[in-house]
Amino acid sequence: MSAAAKDGTKENVNDVSGHALPHAIPSHLHLETPEKPYLDSNELIINMGPQHPATHGVLRVILKLDGEKVLGTECVIGYLHRGVEKIAENRTYAMFNPYVDRMDYVAAVSNGLGYCEAVEKLLNVEAPPRADYIRVILTELNRMASHQLWLGTHALDIGAMTPLFYTFRDREEILKIFEKYCGARLTTHAFRIGGCQYETYAGFEKDVKNFLTFVAPKIDEYEELLTTNRIWLERTKNVGVISGEDCVALGVTGPVLRASGVEWDLRKAQPYSAYSKFDFDIPTGENGDTYDRYLVRMEEMRQSLRIVEQAVNSIPEGPIMAKVPKVIKPPVGEIYHSIEAPKGELGYFIVSDGSTQPYRLRVRPPSLVNLQALDVMVRGLLVADVIAVIGTIDIVLGEVDR
Amino acid sequence: MPNFIMSYLGSTVTPGEAGNQFWALIYVLIIFAAVSLAVVAMNWFERKALAHFQIRLGPMRVGPHGLLQPIADALKLALKEDIIPAEADQFVFWIAPVIGLLAAFTVYTVIPFGPSQAVSDMNIGVLFMLGVSSLGVLGIVVAGWASNSHYPLIGALRSSAQMVSYEVAMGLAVVSAVLMTSMKTGTGTLSMIGIVESQQQQGIWFIFKFFPLGLIAFVNFVIAMIAETNRAPFDMAEAESELTAGYHTEYSGLRWSLFMLAEYAAMIAVSSIAVTLWLGGWLRPFPNLLNAPAWDFIFSLFPGLTFGALAAVAVIGVMRMPVHPYFRVQRIGLAVFAALLGFIALFLLVIALAGRSSDATVAARFRDGIDYVYWFVLKVALFMYLFIWCRATWPRYRFDQLMRVGWKVLLPITLVVLILTAIVGVIVS
Repeated sequence: MSAAAKDGTKENVNDVSGHALPHAIPSHLHLETPEKPYLDSNELIINMGPQHPATHGVLRVILKLDGEKVLGTECVIGYLHRGVEKIAENRTYAMFNPYVDRMDYVAAVSNGLGYCEAVEKLLNVEAPPRADYIRVILTELNRMASHQLWLGTHALDIGAMTPLFYTFRDREEILKIFEKYCGARLTTHAFRIGGCQYETYAGFEKDVKNFLTFVAPKIDEYEELLTTNRIWLERTKNVGVISGEDCVALGVTGPVLRASGVEWDLRKAQPYSAYSKFDFDIPTGENGDTYDRYLVRMEEMRQSLRIVEQAVNSIPEGPIMAKVPKVIKPPVGEIYHSIEAPKGELGYFIVSDGSTQPYRLRVRPPSLVNLQALDVMVRGLLVADVIAVIGTIDIVLGEVDR
Repeated sequence: MPNFIMSYLGSTVTPGEAGNQFWALIYVLIIFAAVSLAVVAMNWFERKALAHFQIRLGPMRVGPHGLLQPIADALKLALKEDIIPAEADQFVFWIAPVIGLLAAFTVYTVIPFGPSQAVSDMNIGVLFMLGVSSLGVLGIVVAGWASNSHYPLIGALRSSAQMVSYEVAMGLAVVSAVLMTSMKTGTGTLSMIGIVESQQQQGIWFIFKFFPLGLIAFVNFVIAMIAETNRAPFDMAEAESELTAGYHTEYSGLRWSLFMLAEYAAMIAVSSIAVTLWLGGWLRPFPNLLNAPAWDFIFSLFPGLTFGALAAVAVIGVMRMPVHPYFRVQRIGLAVFAALLGFIALFLLVIALAGRSSDATVAARFRDGIDYVYWFVLKVALFMYLFIWCRATWPRYRFDQLMRVGWKVLLPITLVVLILTAIVGVIVS
């Protein structure tokens, strides 16, 4: 044992060859305190992930357990790190646009909207109204798709297999609309800086309206399976409770924040794009538990439908692209623009040095910030609840690690 | 023909009771083969039924409608590399699935498929069944321990706690059924065959006896039995989304398939027990009310008609398949399968007709045997569907909630039902 370890400051745990292990156990969990009795059978350190069926990708959570009770958690991230922010510094503004789709890949349209609006703000241009409406329609459809995927996987984590297939069946209809619109289903690259690349295809409005009538009863169907289900209630009520103050202190946003009773939605608080023109409610919860977060997201799906319905009925004619120079060279300066992505506040901070490439681009990913709340939520709960809470925070590791 | 083979033929008791070891062995082999086949069929059926609950098709590629999928899976598992983790306790790791399998299959010695269609009729059949089926947990605990890994250990701990607590409620529910056997005669029985015969004598399935007492006991038993076999929504021990695979996380290949075999065999075993205790075992519907020879004949047509219906479904499947060279082998395969089912149907119908003339003939005895097994298997099959239905519908209970349901809900209810059954029984008699 090295000198540092003896006087209490913990080094990385080394393997036999003396190399620091990449999976070193973080020191604040106090794994090998000298006072620990030989064969302390009370505490169990368990690695959940990065290869685990329910950590939504490659999240690694180190759990400190007393039997099944969780004493503490430590998230280890970075297994999906692709250096998106660094890549931005070597791409022109237009070239970087498709990369943002790969962050939160289940809500690619929202990512693109945030990025395009941030650059537009930097350039001081505004997308024409028709483009704004198209953006709102696609973004809200994407919010719906993201929530559907969340619901399916969350229910699967808690053990209900069937909702997953129902939600995927209906999400498919959204992806079909995306595919018809821009050719891609998942990483859409739907928007361009200054507006939209593509005019809506013939029959777009009909497709969207058909989807609205198709999906409304389906949401009731999901609710029928879960909302009053005894086991679902037992598994989600009073599980992973977090107060509104804690959420604000941790920077948690999105449905998790709203379920704790804080009415904060950037679509209303700082209206962007065409959102100020539409009438919709912000659903909030009271208890801040997993069940409330479930209800909030279910209601958000319905509100998304409302927004889409209004948008598609009042979509104006006109150009879809603002006058943007061929070579995008924003003036020197910096900008922070954030939108309400399905998972929370998605912000882009861009520093421009006047060249064709960003000097620095920083993303504020909702998943990463919300993930901070995991430890607060699961302390004292059981292993099964950790899974439920990871599901309810709704993380996408592509966005957490970027 | 040696005497020990011939002497049993025509006997009306089980080979175990007759002391004929040769026929007992034959019965054991038949049951082993049949249960293994049933597990294969169940595997296919579960995947198909679950798929249709979930708006999917399920296996479609290996054989027509995926009929050969379980066989392909079994082959794949048998051929896989046999991995024993370096840190595992090798011998215990090796023996764990065998324990589970043995426990699951041993229960079948006392399960009566008919009045004489059982390996043995033990006078302590119910006790034996409870004792042996609870041994299954040993395999799981040992597997979790021997794997020397965290997830299996937690899975094993959950499983042992769960099985021990549900064993109690299960036992009490069984006792209330046993209590009902003593109602008319004054002497109860623990023999499985005796329990079914007592239902016949009393003219009522125990599920309807002292309504709703029998029903409550039955429902409690069903809940406990789902928990006992670690099936959803009580599949804590192997909760995939929590413990990756629970106690068999470290198992692969053939050993893993032994665990699966044990699980499904245990499911069929506990369903058989429920059928025996509450649903009249091998008895056909209304054996006392509709007991004219004409009714006997009508009910004896059921097995043949069932296979006929299955054959018809297969024929429809053949006709629905596209006429295309790609589907040629599948069409032929399904047609052969339909023909096979059709022949079985024909055979069963012929036997039913042949057994019509007189009750004493070999054909009549054969027909009765088929009837008993048919009604028994049909009832068990309904339970199998129930298992799948539950799995498709419900989320998973959490561990502490599961224990709470076991101790605070099921146990008091079964206790009360037991006491009420005793009181009502005394009053009635």
